[in-house]
Amino acid sequence: MEPLTWTGSLSFLNLFFGLAVGIFAIMVAVQVITSLFAKEQTIHIKSDGTAATGAGIGGLISFAVKVTFVATLAIVMIYLLAGVVMGTEAGIFGGIAQQLTPVWFGMALIFVASIKFKRSLGLYGKLFDSTVGMIGFALVLFWVLAGVMAGVFDMIITHDSLSQASGMKNKLPGTPLRGAEDDEFNWYLLGGDNLARDVFSRLFKGAWTVVLIAPFATIFAFMVGITLGLPAGYYGGRLDTFLSFVANLILAFPVILLFYLLVTPEIVATGIPNYMAAVLFVFPVIFFGVLLNSRYHTQPKVRTPLLILILGALTWIYLALISNNGNIISTKEYNIWGLPEFLDFYDMDPSILVVFVSVVFVNAPTVFRIVRGLALDIKTRDYVAAAQTRGEGPWYIMLWEILPNARGPLIVDFCLRIGYTTILLGTLGFFGLGLESESPDWGTTINTGRTLIRAYVHPLLPPAVSLLTLVLGLNLLADGLREESLRD
Amino acid sequence: MGTFIIRRLGQMLLTALCLTFIVFFMTNLTPNLEKLAKTQGNFRMSDEAVNSWLSDRGYLAPLPYKFGQWVGVAPGWTNEKTDNVGQTVVTGRCFLAATPVEDRAQFCGVLQGFWGYSSVFKTDVDALVAKRLSATGKLMGFVLLLMVPMALIVGILAGMREGSNLDRTLSTFSIASTATPEYVSGVIFIALLASSKFGISPILADWGWIDTKTLFLGSAKKAVDDATFRNFFLPVLTISLYGMGYIARMTRASMAEVMTAQYIRTARLKGVSFRNVVMKHALRNALIAPFTVIMLQVPWLLNGVVIVEYLFAYDGFGRLLVEAARGNDIELLMAISVVSVILVLLTQLISDIGYVFLNPRIRIS
Repeated sequence: MEPLTWTGSLSFLNLFFGLAVGIFAIMVAVQVITSLFAKEQTIHIKSDGTAATGAGIGGLISFAVKVTFVATLAIVMIYLLAGVVMGTEAGIFGGIAQQLTPVWFGMALIFVASIKFKRSLGLYGKLFDSTVGMIGFALVLFWVLAGVMAGVFDMIITHDSLSQASGMKNKLPGTPLRGAEDDEFNWYLLGGDNLARDVFSRLFKGAWTVVLIAPFATIFAFMVGITLGLPAGYYGGRLDTFLSFVANLILAFPVILLFYLLVTPEIVATGIPNYMAAVLFVFPVIFFGVLLNSRYHTQPKVRTPLLILILGALTWIYLALISNNGNIISTKEYNIWGLPEFLDFYDMDPSILVVFVSVVFVNAPTVFRIVRGLALDIKTRDYVAAAQTRGEGPWYIMLWEILPNARGPLIVDFCLRIGYTTILLGTLGFFGLGLESESPDWGTTINTGRTLIRAYVHPLLPPAVSLLTLVLGLNLLADGLREESLRD
Repeated sequence: MGTFIIRRLGQMLLTALCLTFIVFFMTNLTPNLEKLAKTQGNFRMSDEAVNSWLSDRGYLAPLPYKFGQWVGVAPGWTNEKTDNVGQTVVTGRCFLAATPVEDRAQFCGVLQGFWGYSSVFKTDVDALVAKRLSATGKLMGFVLLLMVPMALIVGILAGMREGSNLDRTLSTFSIASTATPEYVSGVIFIALLASSKFGISPILADWGWIDTKTLFLGSAKKAVDDATFRNFFLPVLTISLYGMGYIARMTRASMAEVMTAQYIRTARLKGVSFRNVVMKHALRNALIAPFTVIMLQVPWLLNGVVIVEYLFAYDGFGRLLVEAARGNDIELLMAISVVSVILVLLTQLISDIGYVFLNPRIRIS
């Protein structure tokens, strides 16, 4: 079988694509340079009394930028659509596009539905008014869908992410699989890595690790930061001094030193990560308990069953998360028993637990500082004074008056922080900490590919570019959200 | 002002003490000590041999006492042993067996200026840290030289006409640069510019534009003593890019805010040209906020320095941190954490003081 080229039978399009991209890049550069020197646009008053700005040279350039941008986008769409139909006939890109068909369907569905109902979807709907926000959302959605489909349903991937094929070591993208069976996928779309595994499949398997850990770790960090930051800002005084000191202490650590101190097999053996998990994971339980109690404590008939139900479920999940094999902490010397095994529905992999805990630990102090600052600002508002005069309790004011009014900056920071967490996870992988060396996650793959970088770049560039696009998507999404939430 | 600085210095001391104690605690956990004994002694030591190795070197004393020895407020450990000839040999933290009895110091710790001995590098910690710090200082200096002007120019250009095409292009660029961590951009740069098989180097070599195999070098090992554009530019660029986006965005926000101020409108209405409004009226006020951001960015650059020094094999402070942490080199790690905490807190202090000097509206009472 022939090795695949990048675009296969669509290669006649490459010339046009190159032209479109080239002219677009040149035009953007020209636009930047001219706008430094160009005079401001002159305004003509037309005979009917309306005013119009002359197009001038600036208008011409921005028109050219728009046209070339649309042309580039159109050619990319042709590559994609043709790829979905023709598969590997259209080269490596075609093959990839076809493998990703379910992702395209999912994205199209969500976009069409969201744009149709955007007026009734609140802040999320407003996102579809801003181009930047839409681009960011599309990038994030792509990786979330791809990660879930590849990680949970084994859909996109073409080969097993851990199995090695003979003769495929360091092979270039598009190399046919030697001795492939009929029902097997016949190519390594993005080549093989130094252990002859399929780069393409590992890339999307690795996306799942990131998509799974980063948002959850960020949610936990927010729970910790909110639960501690609100009282620190609202009460002030000694509590604030103490908590701020601890937060600054953690922030004064160089992150990588902290990771090296926390995420080593020796530290895991002492059970410290399990202690930290037991402390950090309790915050969501406290948060929801206080949240509901402060709201419904005047109606004991509603409050008591509700709290029993929710807190019971949360405590169960909490205990299931922190206990493994019936123990919360198990070291060589001693064990602390936890939830018995028949109730324990989820065993967290110890290597994921330690990564998760350390990422939450690094992120929580920053969230704490943001929430504290917002609480300090908002507690002087009139509606807080009104609630105080009504005789509301302090936790009601913090959680039901201050927190909802701080949601704008918090949502924006949440998006940014998921991106930062993704970067931190990559950093851990890059230093070979935490996850096993055969784990397909992007940081670890970059770390293993790094040693052969002078000779083979193809196992290394896909995870690097993927990480970049995901974080970029999250940052653009945050930017779009910020713009839209400031608008009203 | 005086009391403010004294209070901040006191806070700094307390933070440094807490932080070093945490590092000391983590590195002195039993599994870590066992690892240390096995890497320093030999890997097939029995548990008993590990124990005697550790107790001979004072590692098994209670933690606060050991920490006191490191600080220099508790007497250093001594150990008496009879060797195979039958003579008693006394070893200790503060002296060698050959030191005459009357010269043997009782206390030796940071307060006495004794930073300890690195178990990984087999040399004195203070000289090692000083040497590595100067190498990293060079790297940081070039990074600041490249990053700060670039970030300020991008931020000011983007902020002076908010919402224009120029603003949109530059803002996208700065968002993209904050979204590219050092290990991604570094790897991409090496692949594109410093690989002899991929990227633009083979093309340029084919055309005969460069005499060497690659345009840039992927290793900065030689740059410690002899930094050239070819071996030093990529690491500097990699760190600068990631830090640049954030400063540029802060500058843009600050500039955009200043440009909507009343006095700018007045100047425009008086007929001052746009160039003069930006250069003479807006710039100074717009640069107050970025100053704080730049100072606070310095400790954050330390992370980038660790990653980049590790990636480009540059023997500086960051690589020292990685190597010390891998070998559980306790006294070296302690010195490293002292240096980094001082760096973090000192830059915070400078940024606060500088903010007061730059912004006459703020007074510290």
